Amino acid sequence: MNESAIVTDHLVKNYQDVKALDDLSLQVRRGELFGLLGPNGAGKTTMIHILCGLLKPTSGTATVCGYDAQKESAKIKDLIGVCIQETAVYPFLTGTENIDLFGNLYTMDKETLNARRSMLLNKMGLLDDAKRKAGKYSGGMKRRLSLLLALIHDPQIIFLDEPTEAMDPQSRHAVWDFIKELKNHGKTIILTTHHMEEAEELCDRVGIIDHGRLIALGSPKELTSKNNARNLEEVFIQLTGRNIREEL
Amino acid sequence: MKLQRIVALTKKEMKKTVREPAVLFMIFLFPIVFVFAFGASFGGVGTGQPVYNIGVVNLDHGNSVNASQLLLTTLSDTKILNLHTYVDNQTAQNELSQGSIQAVMIIPNNFSRSFASYQAAPNDPSTWTNVSIILYLDKGSLVATQAIPPIIQQILAAIAGQNQQAASNPFRLEIASLVQVKTPSALDFIAPGMFTFASIFLIMMVAQSFAQDRENGMMKRIRITPITPTEFMTSQVFSYMAIALVQAILVFVMVYLMGFRPAVGVPAYGFAFILVLMFSLSNVGFGLITATIAKSPGAATGISFLFVLPQLFLGTFVGASLSSAAQAAGRFVPSSYVTDALTSLFLRGAALTSPTILLDVAVVAISCIAILAVGIVLYAKYYKI
Repeated sequence: MNESAIVTDHLVKNYQDVKALDDLSLQVRRGELFGLLGPNGAGKTTMIHILCGLLKPTSGTATVCGYDAQKESAKIKDLIGVCIQETAVYPFLTGTENIDLFGNLYTMDKETLNARRSMLLNKMGLLDDAKRKAGKYSGGMKRRLSLLLALIHDPQIIFLDEPTEAMDPQSRHAVWDFIKELKNHGKTIILTTHHMEEAEELCDRVGIIDHGRLIALGSPKELTSKNNARNLEEVFIQLTGRNIREEL
Repeated sequence: MKLQRIVALTKKEMKKTVREPAVLFMIFLFPIVFVFAFGASFGGVGTGQPVYNIGVVNLDHGNSVNASQLLLTTLSDTKILNLHTYVDNQTAQNELSQGSIQAVMIIPNNFSRSFASYQAAPNDPSTWTNVSIILYLDKGSLVATQAIPPIIQQILAAIAGQNQQAASNPFRLEIASLVQVKTPSALDFIAPGMFTFASIFLIMMVAQSFAQDRENGMMKRIRITPITPTEFMTSQVFSYMAIALVQAILVFVMVYLMGFRPAVGVPAYGFAFILVLMFSLSNVGFGLITATIAKSPGAATGISFLFVLPQLFLGTFVGASLSSAAQAAGRFVPSSYVTDALTSLFLRGAALTSPTILLDVAVVAISCIAILAVGIVLYAKYYKI
């Protein structure tokens, strides 16, 4: 059995004259919580889109659970759950209806869907609002529902693209706890964020991306130690000469 | 193909249609309100037969036979003309311009003399005194311009006919029967086009829906799931066909309530609904083409008019009153064939298997499937599904 859940090999993605990914190679182990750090436009979301089969790389290869992300994306889609950066929920459907729609798209049987829905609504603190239309939810509630939709089919590999963006501190910590729980259940998680404290709190390893290039790779502890820094924020400043939030 | 996925997405589209006020209005309420307003304006709602208000300025001097009085009595007896007498043309014209009456008829001063000359020698035109009855019509009224002149012409002819047949049938004056009392209302003429009209706005709905789902990330989210492009498009086509069917039913109910009663059987109605469903495929196709071009839901709304307006003006009830050139251009839009087939069926009494209807159906089927295919291919190429 391949120990690597995700492998990218010399991945390049060009948008006309902009290089979104520049020769990016890395491996993510099964059961690992891997953080992709970098400012907006660094290439984090582009990499996730390639791994999901939404984008075709200019060159290089990407595999998920041994399946080629371009040629075998149909197989990959059953294995992955993706919480995209946009707060994408149908506002005219209730929370429950949004969940059931995506459960049915994954052809879940009714019993399993009901059980997963109840469990996840409870964990996300949305049980009391499940019958309300999602359009009436607060921003934080929509983000939690969006995360829930990505997990309804109990995927092996989870891509979380800035999952706590625009959340209040309380909701953010609740989601952190939930992400830790997912990891404890053996899920492989790729988390993109530009919140360094989030990466330090959650990630086994992090890859720092800047202008499409992988400029650092290791555990938060290794990176801070190696760069003689107090935290990942300082690591980023030392490596790039600027603050990660300057480009937000 | 997994039916579970198709049903789930179809249900989602149905809920969207019912729950989003803007969609609900455009898809269902707008056609209903439109049919009601149009039907109430032109359909003669609330009366068994239409009644037209005619202003009369009688300049006839009369003689031994007061022919103008005979004409006016005959006109009144038809029960479809309500006569209002005016002393001069100016007063009558003022009433006409205010919309109080729909026409003004000027009876010339030598009308009775002309009538008498005809009586004296009905077979010798050289002896007749020729006169002109001047008729002013309300140009803003479709009913006035189309219905009133033939009625008056028929009554003038009937007066002449009565005198010719007086010897064999004296005093049997049934002028009203000579005029087609139950003339088709304007609603009858436009009802087939209304069925077509309602479905055309699906173009805008499809385009907006796809552009919006793309903009807010829902399309991306759907693409990440294992749903196949075929399953996705099937669900969309099913959804919009279902909406088109409900639209057609609502429009039918409305025009029926407004007085549209074509003398056709259940198979004809079934055929009409099937034709509208086929037509909805082309509207989904045009919607997808629009969504391919448009970068945002707002742009989708604007661009959709490029497809909506030609279909609307060249292919529905609107096209009937356009120039011959515009009507010829209408042969290039699918909606004109739908309207033509429905008109043949409902108004002309054509059989379902008549060549004209079969030709229309063939054109609609081929063009609609082709447009849908182009829409799917273009959207898939530029945005993927």
